[in-house]
Order: sequence, then C-alpha cells, then structure tokens
Amino acid sequence: MSEVRKGYVRPLDIKHGQVDMAHGAGGRAMAQLIEELFARYLGNEYLAQGDDGALLPAQGAGKLVMATDCHVVSPLFFPGGDIGCLSVHGTINDVAVMGAKPLWLSAGFILEEGFKLADLARIVQSMADAALAAGVPIVTGDTKVVERGKGDGVFITTTGVGVVAPGMELSGRSAKAGDVILVSGTLGDHGMAIMAVRESLGFESPIVSDTAALHGLIAVMRDSGAEIHVLRDPTRGGLATTLNEIAQQSGVGMMLQEKALPVRPAVNAACEFLGLDPLYVANEGKLVAICAESDAEKLLAALQTHPLGADAAIIGRVHEDAHHFVQMTTGFGGKRIVDWLSGEQLPRIC
Amino acid sequence: MKYIDEFRDGEVAKGLAEAIRREANPERRYHFMEFCGGHTHAISRYGVSDLLPDNVRMIHGPGCPVCVLPIGRVDQAIRLALEQGVMLCTYGDCLRVPASDSLSLMKAKARGGDIRMVYSSADAVALAQKNPEKQVVFFAIGFETTTPPTAVAIKQAAALGLKNFSVLCCHVLTPSAISSILESPEVRQWGTVPLDGFIGPAHVSTIIGSRPYEFFAEEYRKPVVIAGFEPLDVMQAIKMLIRQVNEGRAEVENEFSRAVDRNGNLKAQQLVAEVFEMRKHFEWRGLNVLPYSALRIRSQFAEFDAEKRFSLDYKPVPDHKACDCGAILRGVKRPQDCKLFGTVCTPENAIGSCMVSSEGACAAHYTYGRYKDV
Amino acid sequence: MCLAIPAQVVELRDGDNAVVDLAGVRKEISLALVENVEIGDYVIVHVGYALNKLDPEEAAKTLALFAEIGQLADDTTVH
Repeated sequence: MSEVRKGYVRPLDIKHGQVDMAHGAGGRAMAQLIEELFARYLGNEYLAQGDDGALLPAQGAGKLVMATDCHVVSPLFFPGGDIGCLSVHGTINDVAVMGAKPLWLSAGFILEEGFKLADLARIVQSMADAALAAGVPIVTGDTKVVERGKGDGVFITTTGVGVVAPGMELSGRSAKAGDVILVSGTLGDHGMAIMAVRESLGFESPIVSDTAALHGLIAVMRDSGAEIHVLRDPTRGGLATTLNEIAQQSGVGMMLQEKALPVRPAVNAACEFLGLDPLYVANEGKLVAICAESDAEKLLAALQTHPLGADAAIIGRVHEDAHHFVQMTTGFGGKRIVDWLSGEQLPRIC
Repeated sequence: MKYIDEFRDGEVAKGLAEAIRREANPERRYHFMEFCGGHTHAISRYGVSDLLPDNVRMIHGPGCPVCVLPIGRVDQAIRLALEQGVMLCTYGDCLRVPASDSLSLMKAKARGGDIRMVYSSADAVALAQKNPEKQVVFFAIGFETTTPPTAVAIKQAAALGLKNFSVLCCHVLTPSAISSILESPEVRQWGTVPLDGFIGPAHVSTIIGSRPYEFFAEEYRKPVVIAGFEPLDVMQAIKMLIRQVNEGRAEVENEFSRAVDRNGNLKAQQLVAEVFEMRKHFEWRGLNVLPYSALRIRSQFAEFDAEKRFSLDYKPVPDHKACDCGAILRGVKRPQDCKLFGTVCTPENAIGSCMVSSEGACAAHYTYGRYKDV
Repeated sequence: MCLAIPAQVVELRDGDNAVVDLAGVRKEISLALVENVEIGDYVIVHVGYALNKLDPEEAAKTLALFAEIGQLADDTTVH
C-alpha cells in the first residue's frame, strides 16, 4: 500500500484544470489559486506582505496621480500581445501621460467558471513580465469568479499610482494656438491586429499590436527640455478621438497634414479591405504630444532616439477655432474635418 | 498600393484641377450628380470639391443602398432575430440603421437577438454549416455590385443541401433609381434641379457594363461618364462631362476603362439571372415605390427565400415628417437645408437614411464637410 | 459603386477560391464571378469576391490621360 506523504496538498492542475466557483469563494481553493498562480508569477515584496492592502512608502513633495483601466479585449491572445500585458501597459501609460512616474499597480480579475488555468497562467505570466520590464510591480489584487456564460473568459481591471514632481503636471487643457502636434509612431497597429483575428473578418497580415509601456519614452521627452503642453495615448477611438477631446478641453482647433501621418502599408491595406479609417483605429503603444512651436524639432529628435519613438512625426498644428474642429488637409489637396467617432467603427460594403 | 495610390496623387490632382478650370466655361454653371454613394464618400473624404472651380457643383444622388433601404425591411430583419430566433447575418453598414420602435439591428442585438456581422455572403453560408440546429438568414442589400455574391451564396447553399439557410433579398437596381431622378418633376418639368450630367457608378458598372446607361443619355439628353472609385477618376470624369456639355453632346463615356467595358461581367449577370427575377414594385426610402426596381428570389430557389420560409409580410413605415431625406436623395435639397440636420439628426442619432450610412449625403457632409457651413 | 479594391492574386485554391495580397495583407476570396484568372493578375475585390480583372494597359492609359492639360482632340473613350 502506498503511503500518503504527511501534509500533502494536491497542487493546482495548471496544465489541465479550469476555474470553478470555489476559486472565488474566499476559502482554501481561492487561497491556493492566489498562492500557486498569481503570487507565484507576480511575486514581489509588497504582494508578499499578504495583507488586505499593500503598505507603500510615502512619496514626499509633488502630487499623486491615480488611473484605472478595465480590459475586456477579445480575443484574449492576439498578434503582439494579450489581455495581460495590455492591462499593465495601458494603466502605466495613463499615469505617465499625466506627467507622473508610475510606481505601483493593482490588478483585479473577474474569471468565468470553466476558464482554462493554462490560459490564466499564460496571461498572469505575461503581466509579470510586462511589470518587471517596466519596473512597476503589481502590489495588490483581487479575484472573483462568475458563472459560466456570465463573463468572457477573463476581465481585468488595473489601477496605477504615480507621483508627479511639482510643476511637471500635464493636462488636456493646455494646448495653445501655434503649438505643434506630434505622434510617436505608426497609427492603427493594435486595432487592425485585433481585426485580423476576429472570426469572419479574418485576414493574414504581418500587423502586430503595438502594446507597450511608454513611461521610458516620456522620460526621454521630458529630459529634452522641450516645452510639452499635452501628452495623451490615443487608444479606443484612435487618434481622431483623442485630438477631438483635447481640442474640446483646450478650446482650440487643429489642422493636420494627411501626408505626414505615419501608417504602415499593411495597416492601410487592411483598412482599405474593410472600409475603415486608420485615424479611428485603436493604438496601445503610441503618444500624441502637443508642444510649443519653438521646441517641435527638438522634441521630434528626442522621440526618434528611443526605440518606441523611431517613427515619430510632426503631423499638424493648433490654431484658434471657436468651433474646436479638428481639420485635415488631405493627401489629395482638399480639406476635410476629422470628426469624433460616432458609435463603433464598422466595416463597410459601400 | 498599386492601382490605388497612383489614382490619389495630389500632384496630379493639381494638374487636373487646372485642366478643369480651363475646360469650364466661366459664363455658365455646371451641376453634375454623382449617383453612387461610394463617389459621395470619396468626394467628401478627399475634399475634391475644394479643387473644383466655383461654377462646377456636385449634387449627391441616391446610390447608397443603405440610405434607400426602407425602415420596413430593417423591421423584418429585426423581427426575424427577436421573434423567430434566427441567426441574422448582415453587412456592417446595416447595423445602425434606425428602424421602428426605437430599434436598430445593433439595439436588437443588445436585446438578445443573435445578430452577426459578416464581411461576405460566403461567411453566412459557413455559419449555417457550422450551426445546423439554427436557422441562418442573410440580410442581402446592395445594388448590382453586391447581388452576384448573394447569387453565389444561394447556389452554394443549394449545392450543399443546406436546410437552415435563407436570404432576405433587398437587392435594388441602379437604372431604376436614375430614372426616378430624371423623371422627377424638379428635373423634368420645373427645372428647379439643374442637372447637366451624371457620374456613373464604378463597381456597379463592372457588372452591368456601360450599355444600360445609353438609354438615359439618349432619352433624357444627359451625358454620363462612368468613373472609377478614386478621387483622380472622379475629377477626370468631371472634366469629361464638362467637355460634353460644352460640345452639346450627350453620350456615355467610360473613364473606368481599366475595369469596365460595354457588356460588363456576363458570368455574373447570368448567375444573377439564374437566381433572381424582378419584383413588380419595391418601396425605396425617400423615392417611394418604384416599378421593376428590385429583385426577388426565383421560385426554383424558393426554399432559400426568407420571406417565404418565415411568411414575412411587409409593412411600410413612413419617415419622420420633418426629415428631408427624400428631397436630398433626389438632389432637390442639400443636407444643410434640412431643419433636422446637425441638431436633432446626427450620425449618433440618425433620424433619416441619409445620415445613417457614411456615404449618405448628410453623413458625408456632417462627418467631413460641415466646417464649411459655419 | 460599393467599396471594392484592386488586389493581386498570389495563390489559387480549390473550390474557385484564391488568395489576394494588398501591401502584405492576404485574404482568401472567391473567384466564382470571374474566369481565366492567373497568379499575378489584379482583380477588383468586393465583399470577398473578385468582380472583374483589372486591365493594366487601360490603367496606364487612364493615368496618362490625367496628365494632359488643355484641349486635345482624341482623348476620350466613347462607348
């Protein structure tokens, strides 16, 4: 007769197991999920404290920035990334564009009953890698389980905290007439990478999501000494939506040059197939920067020294406009408005 | 992108703009209607009007199948999804068309309707194969460009012996729409809509050829130039139309010679003739009921006709009283002339068909051109 | 009329299907509406179907026409 080892607890079957309701019930099953999956991959000194909240060191002078992001992307795994690293990058970026140094993240998971533990492990590993590479640890988290059919595999919410030195705060209200508008790289990569793997729109392409943490790039931009007025990351709704938001907040108008917009040929082609406009397609690793006219070239040069800013370009200018229109001179020579996105951008037949 | 970028070249556009300026007689005005919604979209999106002299104006026509799709037909599609539990497959364009009871296909989806967006009719057939326990209906809209793909799908379904696939056929015909404009009192009798010529549709013409337009040129003495889809094509076509008007000619010319010839795509035409036949009447949004203007599925393929399979009846639904879509589709009014434009009626909250599709005259003007109104 | 784009056929597959390429984006489409299409041909693609072949000679002629300025005798194709 075989002997059962003393104190033996059957480990989590990450390879073949699935999430079940017990994992969210607060009992031993949940503790095991946290210890053998979450903590194992994300482990750091704060998580190791093991309390209800993380105790973090005070930050001296300057203001705090807090940002939160919910992630429901489908499919969960796509060319260039997954929901895990996306959720880490997205919140780091939201904090960083406010002018703050991102310090810590929290992560909340809503898991659907039946979700494969192997997929969950893959996602959490991806988050751990992204957090480590960015130098921003995930210090606290929570997980709940909902019944089969009531969740799309997994939903992740991340919240980030950072600190901004006095005088270094940025807001969308500071764009002024005469300012120059720049983008840090090619537009539409993330959204089209997702479109490519959506069932019934499927096409093969070399397009890969641009998901990335941008705080390093932002640090380089600030070190250049350029007078930056606005920084934002154009995610859902694309560049067009972000620029319209800023135009509204700052009470200005904008004029873009279509020929100056950096777009990969494959992204253009995919948009042509589906009747979409790259200006409205989501980005997850790009910045819009609005700076004083005299510093535009300096800022552009600084962007281009960093791998995430290699394709940076000057794309337009800010001007006075009581209607807050974002307009564009087309590559063809005519003019058009670049309006807010209405509803969801849908592929057209006409 | 080959055969695309060269036809969007801004430098060449400058040259063409100059050529048009020289060609146009400064003593008169020219009004041309671009029939096709795709051309409306191209003109707005590239700002072609900015490159035309002041005495050359474009009037937007009704060639947008989403814009002319009556509310009653969208209602049928919604009812199939919500009341009959079918998997309703539709092109993206239709999802936001407002229908009765404050519903749209998108809103019906939120209510639990199984509504799937597809890129191609072939995708709908594939869905029917993958889901044998569900009834799958393909909402088939479009002019002659989009009709052959539906014909292929129906024949495919027949060949596969699918018992759960059918089509709600709302395909419409271009020549009928052109007739209705040319026959409208504003054009024919009163002359309040001065119409000097047409830019003929690009892709419809690849299927039907240039021959069907010869009737209009002769009967109504209006020149027609079939233009490709890109902005340089449109400008070249405008130049050719101006020349015809100046020389007193009313002929069919073909600028899109790289894809269109006189006879069109005979294989596609035969496939369509095999599967479809003409309806005696069909309601068009904004243009009322037009005779011999739309298609229905032939009796040999009756088992794939959703109207028969689900015993659907058609209830016409009138447009909002203050909506000027009808007049705008016929070129009698401009979007800015409609009381609802830009206030009550916007792309987010579209009251009428011209605002729903990104190619409708109102949507195109609102999205790309309304900075000119202020 | 409707949204359709020219793309190059790079692979032929069975069941009347083919793969087209546009700037590195490849999509499978149906050739059920056209005939005698070979690899290298350009076709106009609409909702997943090739509608017609594109004639490179006519395309070149059209581009040349764009570049003409002023009155010329013989520059229209009349049908």
